[in-house]
Amino acid sequence: MTLLSVRDLNVTFGTPEGDVRAVQGVSFDIEPGETVAIVGESGSGKSVTANSLLRLNFGADVRISGEILLEGRDVLTMTEDEVRSVRGSDMAMIFQDPLTALNPFYTVGRQIGEAYAIHHPGATKKELREIALNSLEKVGIPEPLKRVDQYPHEFSGGMRQRIVIAMALVNNPKILIADEPTTALDVTVQAQILELIAEMQAQHGSAVILITHDLGVVAEITERVMVMYAGRVVESASVENTFAVPTHPYTRGLLKSVKSLDTARHERLEPIPGTPPSLIKLPSGCPFHPRCAFADSLGGRCSSEAPELRIVGSSRSACHLPDERLLGLMGGAS
Amino acid sequence: MFAVVLLLIVSAFTFWIFSALPSDPAALTCGKNCRPEVIEANRERLGYDKPLVEQYGAYMKGIFAGRTYGEEGASVHCPAPSLGYSYDRHECVTSLIASTLPVTASIALGAFVLWMAIGVGLGTLAALKRGRWQDRLATGFSVVGVSFPTFFLGLMFIMIFVIWTGILPFPRYTGITENPVDWFMALILPWFVLALISAATYVRMTRNGILEVMNEEFVRLGIAKGLPRKRLIVTYVMRAALVPIVTIAGLDFAFLLGGALVTESIFNLPGLGKLTLAAVVNSDLPILVATTMVAAVFIVIANAVVDVLYGYLDPRVRVK
Amino acid sequence: MNTDLVLEARGLRKYFPTGASKMLQRPTDVVQAVDEVSFGLRRGTTLAIVGESGCGKSTLGRLLARLIEPTAGSVLLDGKDITKASSRELLALRRDIQVVFQDPYACLNPRHSIGQSIGTPIRIQKTLSRADEKARVRELMALVGLNPEHYNRFPHEFSGGQRQRAGIARALALQPKVIIADEPVSALDVSIQAQILNLMEDLQSSMGLSYVFIAHDLSVVRHIADQVAVMYLGKIVEIGDPTAVYERSAHPYTKALLSAVPVADPKGAGERKRIVLSGDVPSPVNPPSGCRFRTRCPKAEARCAAEEPLLIERESGHQVACHFPL
Ligand SMILES: Nc1ncnc2c1ncn2[C@@H]1O[C@H](COP(=O)(O)OP(=O)(O)OP(=O)(O)O)[C@@H](O)[C@H]1O
Ligand SMILES: Nc1ncnc2c1ncn2[C@@H]1O[C@H](COP(=O)(O)OP(=O)(O)O)[C@@H](O)[C@H]1O
Ligand code: SF4
Ligand code: SF4
Ligand SMILES: [Mg+2]
Ligand SMILES: [Mg+2]
Repeated sequence: MTLLSVRDLNVTFGTPEGDVRAVQGVSFDIEPGETVAIVGESGSGKSVTANSLLRLNFGADVRISGEILLEGRDVLTMTEDEVRSVRGSDMAMIFQDPLTALNPFYTVGRQIGEAYAIHHPGATKKELREIALNSLEKVGIPEPLKRVDQYPHEFSGGMRQRIVIAMALVNNPKILIADEPTTALDVTVQAQILELIAEMQAQHGSAVILITHDLGVVAEITERVMVMYAGRVVESASVENTFAVPTHPYTRGLLKSVKSLDTARHERLEPIPGTPPSLIKLPSGCPFHPRCAFADSLGGRCSSEAPELRIVGSSRSACHLPDERLLGLMGGAS
Repeated sequence: MFAVVLLLIVSAFTFWIFSALPSDPAALTCGKNCRPEVIEANRERLGYDKPLVEQYGAYMKGIFAGRTYGEEGASVHCPAPSLGYSYDRHECVTSLIASTLPVTASIALGAFVLWMAIGVGLGTLAALKRGRWQDRLATGFSVVGVSFPTFFLGLMFIMIFVIWTGILPFPRYTGITENPVDWFMALILPWFVLALISAATYVRMTRNGILEVMNEEFVRLGIAKGLPRKRLIVTYVMRAALVPIVTIAGLDFAFLLGGALVTESIFNLPGLGKLTLAAVVNSDLPILVATTMVAAVFIVIANAVVDVLYGYLDPRVRVK
Repeated sequence: MNTDLVLEARGLRKYFPTGASKMLQRPTDVVQAVDEVSFGLRRGTTLAIVGESGCGKSTLGRLLARLIEPTAGSVLLDGKDITKASSRELLALRRDIQVVFQDPYACLNPRHSIGQSIGTPIRIQKTLSRADEKARVRELMALVGLNPEHYNRFPHEFSGGQRQRAGIARALALQPKVIIADEPVSALDVSIQAQILNLMEDLQSSMGLSYVFIAHDLSVVRHIADQVAVMYLGKIVEIGDPTAVYERSAHPYTKALLSAVPVADPKGAGERKRIVLSGDVPSPVNPPSGCRFRTRCPKAEARCAAEEPLLIERESGHQVACHFPL
């Protein structure tokens, strides 16, 4: 059975300015042990999607519809207690900012132990401490015996992210959701953390949903990529295809605007013009059309009709362009 | 250490302020039509003829060693710790304070417990039921409470509970050791008056504090770990939200110990506040110097205690 | 040396005392934010400064713009020492060196319209009349790709990228010679970063600007810089033109920094050998003796702890501070 199956997820926040349609019609499957990236610019709905999986979207007026089937059980229709038993045990989460993610008032050992104790009510104090020590050691914190009784502020950002990871893995989750786990870190520390996540995944066999805006990070450790734009999945493909044969103009734009270590000096970048749309007043039809270089070539279709995800080559793309053109996007002809 | 230095500075400053006032303390020792010789004699007797520094020295010495005013015959001895002699009341200031302090302490303690319970309780309720009627009620209460003058609320309470309904007797202070029930009955109205007014601020502080903490990433991670809601609220949210409140409360409590002027006067309670007020009216300088200093001592001590407490509550400020 | 240096740093140093409010603090506790930094910026070119968080990049930037006073050393603008400038000279100097910040909010007053904010330097320097100022601001807005009709809008009505454009327009208002850009694109979305980088390059070639470009993203730097300086704990450990620094990097730190950059190419990712540095940057309060990088350096030897490596020229214009360069 598919481990996680998200079907037609819609999330809308009611705000005084109007309804924010943060996620629209998102569907995807996660198989055991695989690594899937969700990529997109800020505000594209990545975090809202991730939070929905654990029902962590809070707010005065949150409207969610669709299905989130974890081994066949719909997270969205579970009781509060049922969701709680899923959180941190079947699906665990790592947040972006390690500096604020740990409770400043308790020692890291206690917090790791707590993560275990919540789902293992019988555990003794001694067991919990043992578990905390082991976890710290596993994620590469030196001197765990001394460190286990220290408070979060006594650790650097990179170490705190290691501790958050230790905590997330303490119950052997089937799915690890990492929401921009390295965005707040330096490149050298980012490399450490990505390596750790990959290592831990190999050990635990968890599936990983990695959220990021950095295509470089995607290429490093994932197998499959979903590109989000304005609350929708616009392309879904293997990581190789995403980079070699992107099948959506937005993905192409992202790739073209990334600077790489070997772009020559003063080689011109090709930015995507304009800015991402407001989710309160989304453009009609394809939400990307005001910024898309290809929109004109399709007459008025892009601004009147919203494209659905469909199979293009071995990828899936939500664009009206004919398949041949989508498969030749990187070839130049625009 | 630092606290002691601070206290010395505060006492010297208080002393200096009051002696710099235009009124002549010696002239106040006897009535309006006092003969100059009496004034002069009293001046000498009370030590007001000496230079200021010497007066301060004698005063400080008095605190540790006690002090005798005047020559033998007409002398008065105030044993250590002597805070001066009130020529208006013909009594050692220390014993005046000793008799009024328990009253103020009783008022402060009860009011403090009540206001923390009401303030933190309602504030928490409001935060947890944000946007619902409980929240609106609590917020309304805090708006009304803040804008009520103490004397008005006090008088209203007396009208309602004592004069109209007669549920309570008119407050007459009785020591707790003498008759705990009377003590309680006398203090319940002042407690509520003070508590309701201070609680208003604490409702708002608690509510905002909790709502702020609820948006913190570590609380979201707590939820993502699967923490039950009750435990999350108590060990994560309340814990973090109450730290700043506890520290402010400590200082407010100390301030209250310095005397609740208006409340004590309305309810006719013989506490420090009333003593101070009477001293102001009668220009009774020794008492004013002493009560100011006592209040300062409480605040300095409270500061020190709060600092220690803060370090205990928040590991981030703990010194290694 | 080179007469075509528009900006030069000589032995720049900035020490911050820590715990300033505590009376009993030992006076020896100082953050060595920038230590003995020297380099020259050629006219019309870009010098990039890269390094991990806290290594002193922003402090160096602020020293160059003379927003803070150096503890020692000097900054020369067109050969003139600006660290000794009088307050009147300083005002003139502000015209020649402008700063662009990471967070464009930092220099945009939320209560002023975007047009007013862009015109602020003109008003301070009183170089133009009010009417001319408005015209000039509109010109600047058009120059950086903002709609001049949005003159009266407020910062919150603009997107991050547009605010950064406004920040750049403001920096250009007085026609400076040098712009110090402190991570100007770090806070922006990928698709917007490229817009801003292109804009900065266009402005450079049309106005002959010189940039000091601070970044933690090595890939941005490769693209925009003529010279790259790698900093570690307040010191420059390697400096040279991008090809030298990127392709013939000789300092172990530069190597590690480069290998840590995730590459947007899934094929390369698996094959690449990666040097993962252990641990974090040590505290700049008591930096390691000798070579500051030795606590994390895979090549460190006894000599590294005893003796501080000097910045030595390896090939023309490529300097490295390491006892055992690669
Ligand atoms: N005003 C100050 N007082 C004390 N220390 C300071 C001050 N400003 C900076 N520092 C310290 O100096 C060091 C260098 O800081 P700086 O801001 O220059 O780093 P940076 O390289 O720009 O880092 P980032 O990449 O995070 O922007 C840091 O350790 C910092 O804490
Ligand atoms: N609680 C909320 N109330 C209103 N809007 C929200 C809320 N949470 C998220 N949003 C909006 O939803 C959109 C998607 O947000 P998010 O998923 O966090 O983006 P990202 O892709 O950067 O993670 C944004 O426009 C954001 O402002
Ligand atoms: S549907 Fe039209 S506007 Fe949207 S991405 Fe495709 S070509 Fe561009
Ligand atoms: S001097 Fe030594 S420690 Fe420093 S970088 Fe070179 S080899 Fe490493
Ligand atoms: Mg996000
Ligand atoms: Mg900086």
